[in-house]
Amino acid sequence: MRYAMAIDTRKCVGCSDCVVACQVENNVPIGYCRDWVVESTSGTYPVLQTEIRSERCNHCDNSPCVRCCPTGASHFEQGGIVTVTHHKCIGCGACIQSCPYDARYSHPDGYVDKCTFCLHRVVEGLKPACVSVCPTKCMYFGDLEDPNSDVSVAIRHRNYKTLAPEAGTKPQIFYLL
Amino acid sequence: MKTRRDFIKISALGLGGVAAVAGMSKMMTGQKVVDEFLKLSQEGKSFLKRYPTYCEVCFWKCAGWTYVDDAGKIVKIIGNDDDPHCNGRLCPRGTGGIGMYYDEDRLKKPLIRVEGSEGQTFKEASWDEALDYVAKKMKEIAQKHGPESIALFNHGSPGHHFGHLLKAFGSSNIVAPSYAQCRGPREVGFEMTFGVGVGAPEPTDIRDTRCLVLIGSHIGENMHNGQVQEMSDAIDRGATIITVDPRFSTAASKSKFWLPIKPATDMALLLAWMHVLIYENLYDRDYISKYADGFDELKEHVRPFTPEWAYGITTLSPDLIRQTAREMAAASPSVIIHPGRHVTWYGDDSQRSRAIAILNALLGSWGRRGGFYFKRAQNVPEYPTEEYPKPAWSWKDTHNGKYPLARLSVANLLIDATIPSPDNTHEIYGWIVAGTNLPLTMPDKQKLKKAFEALELLVVVDTMPMEITGYADVVLPESTYLERYDDLRNETHREAFVALRAPAVEPMYESKPAWWIARELGIKLGLGRYFPWKDYSEVLDWQLKQIGSSLEEMMEIGVKKFPNPAPLYIEDGHEPTFPTPTGKIELYSHELEHYGFDPLPVYTAHPEPPEGFYRLIYGRAPMHTFSRTANNPNLVDLMKENALWVNPRVASLWNLKNGQYVKLKNQDGVETRFATKVRITERIRWDSVYIVHGFGHHEKGLTRAYGRGASDSELITNVQIDPLMGGTGMRGNFVTFVIDNIKTEVES
Repeated sequence: MRYAMAIDTRKCVGCSDCVVACQVENNVPIGYCRDWVVESTSGTYPVLQTEIRSERCNHCDNSPCVRCCPTGASHFEQGGIVTVTHHKCIGCGACIQSCPYDARYSHPDGYVDKCTFCLHRVVEGLKPACVSVCPTKCMYFGDLEDPNSDVSVAIRHRNYKTLAPEAGTKPQIFYLL
Repeated sequence: MKTRRDFIKISALGLGGVAAVAGMSKMMTGQKVVDEFLKLSQEGKSFLKRYPTYCEVCFWKCAGWTYVDDAGKIVKIIGNDDDPHCNGRLCPRGTGGIGMYYDEDRLKKPLIRVEGSEGQTFKEASWDEALDYVAKKMKEIAQKHGPESIALFNHGSPGHHFGHLLKAFGSSNIVAPSYAQCRGPREVGFEMTFGVGVGAPEPTDIRDTRCLVLIGSHIGENMHNGQVQEMSDAIDRGATIITVDPRFSTAASKSKFWLPIKPATDMALLLAWMHVLIYENLYDRDYISKYADGFDELKEHVRPFTPEWAYGITTLSPDLIRQTAREMAAASPSVIIHPGRHVTWYGDDSQRSRAIAILNALLGSWGRRGGFYFKRAQNVPEYPTEEYPKPAWSWKDTHNGKYPLARLSVANLLIDATIPSPDNTHEIYGWIVAGTNLPLTMPDKQKLKKAFEALELLVVVDTMPMEITGYADVVLPESTYLERYDDLRNETHREAFVALRAPAVEPMYESKPAWWIARELGIKLGLGRYFPWKDYSEVLDWQLKQIGSSLEEMMEIGVKKFPNPAPLYIEDGHEPTFPTPTGKIELYSHELEHYGFDPLPVYTAHPEPPEGFYRLIYGRAPMHTFSRTANNPNLVDLMKENALWVNPRVASLWNLKNGQYVKLKNQDGVETRFATKVRITERIRWDSVYIVHGFGHHEKGLTRAYGRGASDSELITNVQIDPLMGGTGMRGNFVTFVIDNIKTEVES
């Protein structure tokens, strides 16, 4: 089993519903977030291109955050989901520094927090909160090893990219182009 | 009569009980709750209970479920899968609607304006005292000027309850700015062509379209949920999107063609498109010959409007105009020239909307799959009460024979009727304002101020200390939608259905549902016979039983669909009727001719910005609605202020830096109260600047919204009135930058 996500940049409008749905679902304190929206524009008026995408932890196969964690708080869960056991976390922040995606933040309660792919929902057969609310249905989640999963189907016939592939982290979020 | 109405800042009251949220914890915080949830769910227990609702953050009113934990706290709001408006997916505002309930700045107690030793101030009052005061004043005004002289300004769900009260009282002066400040002109444009308006939600069959044309309509930034979802479906299906906008909007970035039109010249483009469709024989000949009237006149009319003619006006190349017209024709009839929603731009907006309607007719898209479907709705009977008294006059009489095509009341004209003037044949002396923040909604603040000064009574019903409350004689705190019953939602769609809104929790503070406020006030006015129920659930249950459901059933399902065999499209057997004078689609409008208006749409040149000024364009962000969400803690977290879009060439000329704060000053010397952050971007033309509407609040009681961003509506002092229906054209304002000595009111 390998959980992954595909996000269609052709459909995302950057509404940030994924952000607020995550905050509400996971009690992320106001002022912090586990996912966010990036918008980048290239070209010169009037020949322009704007890409909008929702970003979060890439649940990398080769995760620098798990490697550098001194206490083992950062670890792999089922399906390769990277999570932080809060009571084991000493808040040293090494993982925050090691992440090429800036996907982690220091929670005011003293531990490091990040996207869990909504593991608590996934184990119940639900989709992550961000995926389940997205009005444009631009996010696909599932098991890459299951050829019929939403994510496998989504990437099968589309070009896609990952973020910062040069970091060698083997990220598991695919941006459909 | 008052000579002056001071703006009272609710935050400055210093009254006990208003200041703090003592004891209110803001949502559940911390990981503990998640852990607890995980533990409990692993044990197979669910501790969340859900209640049906439909959203009140915007007019789309998506149906959903409010989840409440066993401590009685609202934890989240999730879309209802059966709701055709949202298909189980709320937008960021709907998901963040929870913040409307938890906002500690909410109105908490009734307030009455009093004259004190240090000027006017509010005192807290009991509901009895506040409503007694309102009833006494309403009776006095009715005695002096007649009950018709009290008007209701409303938006959203509270409107129906107070509308019922006002009609029982004897006034039909009920108005929503959503008509003359927003979508009214498009209704008139389509009524004059197809005999029926567009209505809301728009019956645009975006899901199945092959070509979607957006003209200044920025779906994706306007988060009209169903439309956004369907645009996404259309992208999946490979539909062509054509976006006409001076700004490279989100929709433009999803489009095959972006037409960066020179603002205020849309009519020229529309006429040129008609020219191409007709003179290249690309229009739907069968459809036009069967259903339309006036084709020959139209053909002759658009003869000179070649793409080359339009090029000199719109700055769009003739090739691009031809190519896009051909693209539409290739998709016909599965093509939508979207009517837009906020269309009050230049004062000839009904005529521009008519041009859009005519284009749709030429493409045969009205009543066709992938064009416009014939909508269905479930009729819900009104709860039987005594017949309303007949008012001696209504809003239409205040127009003095002008604006003959206004089908709904016109907010700006009722404001005019409130300002003492020898021209007024009918006068308004009292306002009830429910759910609309007029100071940020209406253009021309000077007029609004004059009206405030003249009013003998201003009652404001709201959940938040919006700017309008500062001018009120009485402020009545309404419960949020999560705490109250409201009317069944039975809007039109492809399917007929009803949705229920039921309270998930008891109202916080001393707030009350609108139905309760209207009923109590009605009883005090001696109109109790119009409110023969104790609780609104009785009304809902009665209504639901008339249509084969019940409150009990709806509490379980939230949304109920009703089978309706009427076909959605002409090709499926729907024989269309066009309730126009000729019974056909009127390409040439005899009705407009009768009233002395252009029977065929005509391009008029609009004023252009003077040297050093830029056209002010305003719009929406997907995480906010009007000015009503700017204090919502969850939504502020997503976007806390607006930014001013400036083309790099303009920025370089003015030496503006990204992130720098500037104020804006318009052609009449009016300056924004607060500064806004510059965003230098290629995504806008050099002759325009853009900000998102709804920011720049000046009521300090809105602690998160106060002083954040600039208010576009402050700058809208030049208003071009649509002669057909009285709408306020607001895009004819030009601004320049005020750069020196800018202080931001709040830390950014």
